[in-house]
Amino acid sequence: MTSTTSASPAATLERPAGDAVRLQGVSKRYADGPVILDGIDLQIPRGAFVCLVGASGCGKSTLLNIIAGLEPPSVGEVHVEGDGAALMFQESALLPWLTARRNVELALRLRGVGRADRRARAEDLLELVHLGGAGDKAVHELSGGMRQRVALARSLAQERDVLLMDEPFGALDAITRDLLHDELERVWRATGRTVVFVTHNVREAVRLGQRVLLMSSRPGRIVREWDVDVTGERYIEAPAVANLAKEITGHLRGEIRRHAV
Amino acid sequence: MPSESTPAPVPTATGAPGPDADPNRSLEVGLDALQTNAPARRKRLGVWPLLAPVLAIAGLIGVWQLFVMSGVRPRYIVPGPMDVLTQAGAAWARGDIQTALMTSMERGLVGFAVSVVIATPIGILVARVRWVRLAFGPIITGLQVLPSVAWVPAAILWFGLTNATAYFVILMGAIPSIVNGLVAGVDHVPPLYRRVGRVLGAGPVAQVRHVVLPAALPGYVAGLKQGWAFSWRSLMAAEIIAVGGAIGFGLGSMLQQGREIQDMTIVAVAILLILVVGILVELLVFGPLERRLQRRRGLAAETAR
Repeated sequence: MTSTTSASPAATLERPAGDAVRLQGVSKRYADGPVILDGIDLQIPRGAFVCLVGASGCGKSTLLNIIAGLEPPSVGEVHVEGDGAALMFQESALLPWLTARRNVELALRLRGVGRADRRARAEDLLELVHLGGAGDKAVHELSGGMRQRVALARSLAQERDVLLMDEPFGALDAITRDLLHDELERVWRATGRTVVFVTHNVREAVRLGQRVLLMSSRPGRIVREWDVDVTGERYIEAPAVANLAKEITGHLRGEIRRHAV
Repeated sequence: MPSESTPAPVPTATGAPGPDADPNRSLEVGLDALQTNAPARRKRLGVWPLLAPVLAIAGLIGVWQLFVMSGVRPRYIVPGPMDVLTQAGAAWARGDIQTALMTSMERGLVGFAVSVVIATPIGILVARVRWVRLAFGPIITGLQVLPSVAWVPAAILWFGLTNATAYFVILMGAIPSIVNGLVAGVDHVPPLYRRVGRVLGAGPVAQVRHVVLPAALPGYVAGLKQGWAFSWRSLMAAEIIAVGGAIGFGLGSMLQQGREIQDMTIVAVAILLILVVGILVELLVFGPLERRLQRRRGLAAETAR
């Protein structure tokens, strides 16, 4: 089970063409505050893994919230395939009064899955994130990495085609984070979800994404994008990853400097 | 955050990740094992949790006995522990203790249960509906501050010397506390949990049922505990003031009876019984409930050992 092969994402190609997420001229502004997002056009094909990078406060999270349907855009059109998107937060946001499995089951229950099915499906999902034996643990008994894996299982339980991730590994130590990169890639390939992954860590974006989008700050626009075609094993220290990350970081720094006046 | 000092649990899958050894998988298992808290072994405190309060009580009784033996005050004003015990035996033989305990406990429990049923929906409304909170929030907070003994004269005028008087006073004591506890609990629900509920697709009712109420449970239980204390106190006050008629013989009535026939031993027996009921309810109901809640949510106090 090599989760990090360079094999072309066959799962992606086999799926019928079409966009899982389509944004047209999306702008966001709260009352008479500054413009947060300005004219975002974005098309994400089904099964793609897209990373969104930008400096803090560039509106990445707002954009995710809009795609998730948690807030409406001020202007523009949002189209998300299916019944909307699943969303995973930086904090695992597990409910502390439920066990790991019950957290996953809650997502199933709120989707109307019957009691009889819930338990087995939650077990399967926990198995998928390699937490088969930890279902009965309380949230506070899990480490940060395990919590994020439970949160991932819970997001998958929502059975949405699109999975939005808002800096989900930002609070983890480096070893755990690198490991979760592999895990996420494996789960992505296994489930064929469309992933939109927001991060301020450029290397992480290059490590994970097929496509990396750079956002400018105030107002947030998508200013540049890269297709990541790193051949060979992709891992965070790989030279190809590092080189592209360096290039993108250069542009990101440029964006930040524009605000130095 | 998991403390680093706790020893790792029993080494799982040490070095034996199976034939198709995936280095990532064993790394993951290792990380999970290292970063997980060992199942908190409860420190064995031995007999001390039981012995310490018993010793304290024995000490207090000893001081009481010494004070009585010193003769500073005559025995009919300050009877000794043995006098009170003798009186307790006699009152038990007369059936007074059984009657008083049953009457007061039944009123307390029924009144409290009714209070919970009334206060809970009110609490949810006040917490969740803006205009209800604006309009009624201050009134309910005010009622909580008003000692419910103040309702006794009004209740006697409205309901006479009947059980209704006792129940009315209990409700007025417990309901505001329970409502306020629940509102405080709901106010302290982290906004992140509500976002999770929305992301997972919970409608307004499911949101309250699966997210807001469970998250607010600690505040709610604190409100219940205070509500019980208030209703028990106000019940005693009501029973002292409202004696006779159809109101029956409770612990408060026993207290008042002791005063009327000027028998301090009866008064002492009644006071001790009221105290014992309070302690038992805390030990058997609220204490375990709170500890379970805290342990489950990882809030169990490591301190206070």
